[in-house]
Amino acid sequence: MDAVNPLTEAAPRGGAPIGSRVRPSRRLADRTLRIACLLATIIGAVVLGSILLMLIVEGLRGFSATLLTQPTPGPGSEGGGIANAVLGSLILTLIGIVVATPIGVMAGTYLAEYGRGSKLADLIRFLNDVLLSAPSILIGLFVYTLMVRPMGTYSGWAGGVALAIIATPVIVRTTEDMLRLVPGTLREAGAALGAPTSRVIMSVTWRAASAGIVTGVILALARIAGETAPLLFTALNNNSWFNANLMGGVANLPVMIYQFALSPYPNWQSLAWAGALLITMAILALSVVARLVIKTERAR
Amino acid sequence: MASLTEQIALARSDAGIVRRPPSKGLDGLFRAASYGSALVVLLVLAGILGSIAYGGWPAFREFGPGFVTSTAWNIGTEQFGAWVAIVGTLASALIALLIGVPLSLAIAVYLTQLCPGWARKPVAMTIELLAAVPSIIYGMWGLFIFAPLFARFVQVPVSNLVEGLPIVGTLLYARVPSGVGILTAGIILAIMIVPFVASITRDMLDQIPTILRESAYGIGCTTWEVVRHVLVPQASVSIIGAIMLGLGRALGETMAVTFVIGNANRLSASIFDPGSTIASRIANEFNEADGMQLNALMALGCILFVITVIVLIVARLLVRRAKVA
Amino acid sequence: MSASPAVSAPLSGRSQANASAPVRIAVKNLDFYYGTFHGLKNINLNFHDRQVTALIGPSGCGKSTLLRTFNRIYSLYPEQRADGEILLDGQNILDPKVDLNELRARVGMVFQKPTPFPMSIYDNVAFGLRLYERLPKADLDLRVEESLRKAALWDEVKDKLKQSGMGLSGGQQQRLCIARTVAQRPEVILFDEPTSALDPISTGRIEELIEQLRDEFTIAIVTHNMQQAARISQFTAFMYLGELVEFGPTTRIFMNPEKRQTQDYITGRFG
Repeated sequence: MDAVNPLTEAAPRGGAPIGSRVRPSRRLADRTLRIACLLATIIGAVVLGSILLMLIVEGLRGFSATLLTQPTPGPGSEGGGIANAVLGSLILTLIGIVVATPIGVMAGTYLAEYGRGSKLADLIRFLNDVLLSAPSILIGLFVYTLMVRPMGTYSGWAGGVALAIIATPVIVRTTEDMLRLVPGTLREAGAALGAPTSRVIMSVTWRAASAGIVTGVILALARIAGETAPLLFTALNNNSWFNANLMGGVANLPVMIYQFALSPYPNWQSLAWAGALLITMAILALSVVARLVIKTERAR
Repeated sequence: MASLTEQIALARSDAGIVRRPPSKGLDGLFRAASYGSALVVLLVLAGILGSIAYGGWPAFREFGPGFVTSTAWNIGTEQFGAWVAIVGTLASALIALLIGVPLSLAIAVYLTQLCPGWARKPVAMTIELLAAVPSIIYGMWGLFIFAPLFARFVQVPVSNLVEGLPIVGTLLYARVPSGVGILTAGIILAIMIVPFVASITRDMLDQIPTILRESAYGIGCTTWEVVRHVLVPQASVSIIGAIMLGLGRALGETMAVTFVIGNANRLSASIFDPGSTIASRIANEFNEADGMQLNALMALGCILFVITVIVLIVARLLVRRAKVA
Repeated sequence: MSASPAVSAPLSGRSQANASAPVRIAVKNLDFYYGTFHGLKNINLNFHDRQVTALIGPSGCGKSTLLRTFNRIYSLYPEQRADGEILLDGQNILDPKVDLNELRARVGMVFQKPTPFPMSIYDNVAFGLRLYERLPKADLDLRVEESLRKAALWDEVKDKLKQSGMGLSGGQQQRLCIARTVAQRPEVILFDEPTSALDPISTGRIEELIEQLRDEFTIAIVTHNMQQAARISQFTAFMYLGELVEFGPTTRIFMNPEKRQTQDYITGRFG
């Protein structure tokens, strides 16, 4: 850009003060970069800060004694809480993670241990990536077609299955990545003692990768806990107490927040804020826990 | 010689070694379970594609290729077209990239090159926590905090400024300065992809051997020159891969967009005006839809699926070529 | 060490090669392939009962490859295959019908780097035992103690059997791996450069240990350290470029090699 012509411009000799060889244009570019980068980082921090501030200010206003003891109130009525949505969210998330963990861990194990170099494993790895980045609302459409329409009703089971489909590829991916970090000599050492492959995997490789796999499951949990789109067409919502047989619509925090936040009723809006604060704190706590799990493992 | 072998045999039987090999059945069962689980991934994906293709088929058959290019969305007359939603999806995602990518790169460069050591971890943690915030929270933040500020400090002044001017007068004019619209959706999406793209870019920059950086500084390069001529070219393909993955997320994001895009069914030339994306339209209308509207929404889902898969494949090809090179 | 001939290593005082000991492993016309690469070429070799046989040669000569055929650990990798015969007590272990897990319980292996499993010291040693023998707790305790004693590790770990095996030092980890192998009472133990990742003191202890284990087990050891081969083995095989160049009693190989290549290698002229 600023090429120096050696014929006309003599390089400064000794004696010139340090810094005099850096042309102003170069220094300007450098300073601009430094300022821009700092600014970008500040923007990121400010956004996170303002999100947290908003949640805390608005959310605490919505807190009341009955928040966690009463179900959501009817439109326009006062009082009530979000207990049914909290319970429903816990149950849906639990169904999701309980279904996804064994499938995800086993599929990740197949990709890392059995399927090395096989064409099928390559295909499944790619499809898992597709599933990982597939818009979650499409998963809602799928489960709607698969379960809601044939059963004729929105249901907790459908919501749990939709969340499981979102959690599975996360767990598959982290399990495979973590198993690949286990040195091959450890597998050889297991095999050299005469242990069958399944035994080596369960007692040695899984154990060696356990912190990473657990982290993957926690991250998947954090991911599905806040998912809204796939629940819109599956579990939907329910203003009454939790439906014990999971065969009807089940109240859950994300859909409750969505519906209440956009409603015209102030009481509903403040309950939405309280729910938003609750769910965000829970998810941030889960991500911090996931980080700590992997960190304590590395420290060992 | 024979006695020696006998002796060994004796010693062993004395020790009472009876080797009972572990059960073969369990080993086979475990393998089958692992194989079966891998197949579940395949089946689920086939199921997703199959179900939305099946659901969308009547709409494709009814409207033909014109479905993609038609701007109609009339529930009363059952005339449906995807063009408004496709444009909204692509426009908001494009805006997200235009804003989000420079922001992400700058944050990654700050974290790896400029940040003082003590601040590195807390700042990186802050950025990564942004990735954990549920999308519905971004939607609320966008609608209740960002949109009013944006309307007051950007939309109104800019609209007043550009009113009557050619091109920018249409592109940047807000008929109703409510703060929501395509541009707002793009900005919220940009914030949502930043933690994702920034953390991948940071990892890539961290992987570049220190010696390369040091030798560039060693010949007197400024930080800008090191970043521009050494680091970015080294990591460029991986960064593009990360950007493509971010694009995939922006295209499919539903809740945040549904809050701030305004959900209008008409096409507007101004990015300040409300619009809709494929995902936001499905979220808004699906539960009340039946008949052809339902099929049209499923068909929209098909188009979204195809777009995101194409983006993912391009990202993969780029990253693979980087590994080969 | 490359300049001084390894011949100066102390050979006296060690028990001499006993070529009349029964043959435990007989290798016949063995060829080995990594995909299309011909890694071992027509190897013929015998391993005698309760003798230490060292495999030496420059990097890439195939010595580890040969060792890894004796427990067929290479079978973990589909692209690797062996042709020919390897007879363990007369039975061809390359036969596809051989139960690999049982074979590996009979032919133990200790690796280049210590490979403690991510579990307690006790569980590491009991791992193989639990697979093949159903022992009452008291017997299991005894076997674990016996194995740790044989690996000269008992005194150092007897008070912390429940602690993770990963917390031990490198040398202790390697002895733990030896204890784990010994616990199964294999017939043959394969050592693949067992001391290359260890400091000299730990190396000395492992070498003493191998010397003691010879009373009970047939041992094959791969080493790139010629003095080590001279110190601990009764037989030595010198390999080069996938071929067995020379095999015989260690004393003769080091004092009196027949082949020029062997002579050059042990005097440090190449490799």
